[in-house]
Amino acid sequence: MESKIRKELVVSAIENGTVIDHIPAKSVFRVVKMLNLEQTEGQVTIGFNLESKKYGKKGIIKASNQFFENRDANKIALIAPTATLITIKNYEVVEKRQVEVPDTIEQFVKCVNPNCITNSQHITTRFNVIDKLDLKLQCHYCEKITGKNNIEIL
Amino acid sequence: MKNRSLISINDYTKDEYLKILDLAEEFEKNPKQDLLNKYVVATLFFEPSTRTRLSFESAASQLGAKVIGFSDANSSSVSKGESLKDTILTVANYSDIIVMRHPKEGSARFASEVSKVPVINAGDGGNQHPTQCLLDLYSIRKTQGKLDGLNIAFVGDLKYGRTVHSLVMALCNFDTTFHLVSPIELKLPSYVKMHIKNNNLSYFQYTDLNDVMESADIIYMTRIQRERFSDPIEYEKVKNAYILTAEMMEHCKPNMRVLHPLPRVNEINENVDSTPQAYYFTQALNGVFVRQALLATILGVK
Repeated sequence: MESKIRKELVVSAIENGTVIDHIPAKSVFRVVKMLNLEQTEGQVTIGFNLESKKYGKKGIIKASNQFFENRDANKIALIAPTATLITIKNYEVVEKRQVEVPDTIEQFVKCVNPNCITNSQHITTRFNVIDKLDLKLQCHYCEKITGKNNIEIL
Repeated sequence: MKNRSLISINDYTKDEYLKILDLAEEFEKNPKQDLLNKYVVATLFFEPSTRTRLSFESAASQLGAKVIGFSDANSSSVSKGESLKDTILTVANYSDIIVMRHPKEGSARFASEVSKVPVINAGDGGNQHPTQCLLDLYSIRKTQGKLDGLNIAFVGDLKYGRTVHSLVMALCNFDTTFHLVSPIELKLPSYVKMHIKNNNLSYFQYTDLNDVMESADIIYMTRIQRERFSDPIEYEKVKNAYILTAEMMEHCKPNMRVLHPLPRVNEINENVDSTPQAYYFTQALNGVFVRQALLATILGVK
């Protein structure tokens, strides 16, 4: 019960913006980078190694006055598949959704194949997600598969 | 298919393969036609491949096209550090179609996205070589009179050989029984075998080449490369086990033909060359007709 109360408090602590909850503790900073939060002017609070009943330890990010399109939010599913996005308006939770691995991924994942053209020229990477559960990304260019253990964020 | 690039064998449907093969047959009967005399074909070979380049250039020349290009990256602006994008954008201004070979995988797909003229992939690293695949299909159909109901044996390096993977995938459009002969280390990758199964076709795996001699309609030979083995002793053990000789073919079917994407090293003994089963040199000639069919189709004159 106690942790439940604390979680509600954490979630409500911004007036307007987005709370990203249930991030695996080790992925918090990669999520920050992926959503480009380092560049934002607004207030961002980052917590990690917080206790979570469901996941043991978790991370949380609260970004004031930031709202994410599904397209952006879903990118983080690659490194934080358990993450929940909570939209806050006037201290109220107006929406809660689970991130989902998108069908295609552009720009921020490196192709695992060293001989792929995207690794030797300035080319935006593109992948088709061929397995969302086991996370397999097929490179649009070289057709090789980048698996979940090889995903490197650019 | 007019103006459409050909990058991967999966870019074409079964009907489209067959259309190209039918047209190649027409060109085989009459290879010198003045169909492309208003067109310029660029052949950009960022890595040398004499056979493929000459085959394309012969195909284009026999149809009256002008051919421009380079045969290795050192004789082009690439050696000055020009990006692939810039090279393609420039050459697309000078030509109606680009044929390219490049050592990096995915380069041809990228080129087709920046180029305003269609691109034919003549090999992008270890990825795709769709014109090889089409000429293999053509050779199989020509020697057997059909593409359905055949027993096709693939021999040698089935793990890394891109021609094998593409051809197996393409043959899955037809009623094919696959016989896969390789050392344990070089077996066909499981994703390709899954593709066979998903098409309700069957495959059999062997380590002894003699096991397929009596059943095969086609024996598709490939080269086993030393660098594929982590253990050199393993290579020494298998290197001579996958060499085809005329003696081994004594009990083969009369219609059986031996194919090889060439160049061969020693995997087909020279005593096979004079047998009626040897087809690999004619196979290379067929490449000209298939490439004529592709050029004519993509440029929209056929």
